[in-house]
Amino acid sequence: MRWTKWALATCVAASHLAAAQSPAPAAPQARFVVVLDAGHGGDDTGGHLANNQLEKTFTLALSVRLRSLLAARGIQVVTTRESDANIDLNHRAEIANRFHAQACLSLHASQSGSGVHLFVSSLAPAQPMRFAAWKTAQAAWVTRSLALAGVLNSALLHAGMNVTLGRTALPAVDSMTCPAVAVEIAPEQGSDKKGTAQLDDQGYQARVAEALAAALLEWRAEEGQR
Amino acid sequence: MIPRHQSILFIVLLVASLAMGVMLWQLRERAHRQLVAGNNSAPTQAPQVAPAVDATLLVANDADGSLLTQVHSLPLPQDPGARARAVLGKLLDIYAAPDAAHPVPGGANSVAQVFLLPLSGEAAADPAGPQLAVVNLTRSFAATHPSGIETETLTVLSICGTLHANLPRVTQVRFLVDGQPRATLAGHADLTRAFLAAEAVPTEGTHP
Repeated sequence: MRWTKWALATCVAASHLAAAQSPAPAAPQARFVVVLDAGHGGDDTGGHLANNQLEKTFTLALSVRLRSLLAARGIQVVTTRESDANIDLNHRAEIANRFHAQACLSLHASQSGSGVHLFVSSLAPAQPMRFAAWKTAQAAWVTRSLALAGVLNSALLHAGMNVTLGRTALPAVDSMTCPAVAVEIAPEQGSDKKGTAQLDDQGYQARVAEALAAALLEWRAEEGQR
Repeated sequence: MIPRHQSILFIVLLVASLAMGVMLWQLRERAHRQLVAGNNSAPTQAPQVAPAVDATLLVANDADGSLLTQVHSLPLPQDPGARARAVLGKLLDIYAAPDAAHPVPGGANSVAQVFLLPLSGEAAADPAGPQLAVVNLTRSFAATHPSGIETETLTVLSICGTLHANLPRVTQVRFLVDGQPRATLAGHADLTRAFLAAEAVPTEGTHP
């Protein structure tokens, strides 16, 4: 028994010594994960855009571009698809929920309307519950989703884009347990309803992606203060 | 030798056959005369046309994602279900017009039926209680509807808001396509849930 007491005392002394010699460990950096859900894919082509472009192709390209921008800024990104794959809507929400993300963006594109459309779930806000119904899981996050939409709106307006805010019922978003916003990119139109930037315009895509990345950085700063 | 009773029976049947033949000929002649008279008759009574009343439509605008209230004078039937279908028909005619602010092909024929049902619960017994409207759209309407979150959402909300504005008892709306539930309208807007009609009615010109 004597040798065990001696070993224990040695370990305690060594740990005290190590604690004294090494600097105090820095507080762990808050984890910040963004989920990018490129809409459609595989058999589900989504809408048909100008110049024979498909919505599934556009959303995947935007997801890849945005992922690179966010990764370069030190943000951990999870994507629901990296190729032209058919991902079930429920599986998209499962991926988002598994990573407990601080922001989930569902990316879409449309030939209708103008500029960028931001949509938050139309579910009524509800208190978080231990077991949430799958189809209305987003209800507990709607308030934060609206806040995230506000940050995205500010960044896109700052980038000089037309922005439309709205509420809608989207099957994947309604099941996500994270601040979630559906981002739909449409061609940019002037007041005369003539297009100033089409969806296949690389410069336009880059501006949108930069604005979204800037907004997510701002959101990370806000989340850090919570 | 033919028995006497068989001879009498034969004569009776023969007379009856001749009588029925004459009657049939007379009926045929009468029907022919009525048909000819009907073809030549000029209308003597004006058809019944429902009086025009003001109908409130919530018309979508893709440019800014808004719903604008418009009032149109329409001859609407008294039956609430037929009235709902007529109002929605006018709304979809506006969307099918050239240069529409929310272009959607199809027009009035895209609404196959509108069923008005009492909502379950205590209110079911109340004749003035809340109602559920089930809008049955045609498959061609869903197939040709432009794809996109905004355009699909605006179509759904404008239908819900227009129904509530003209039939205030309608508080919830569900959608069918060719009589069957459908996951989304054109790939985005969820059609499986019940929509609260009152939430679709915005203040003038605001976003839904």
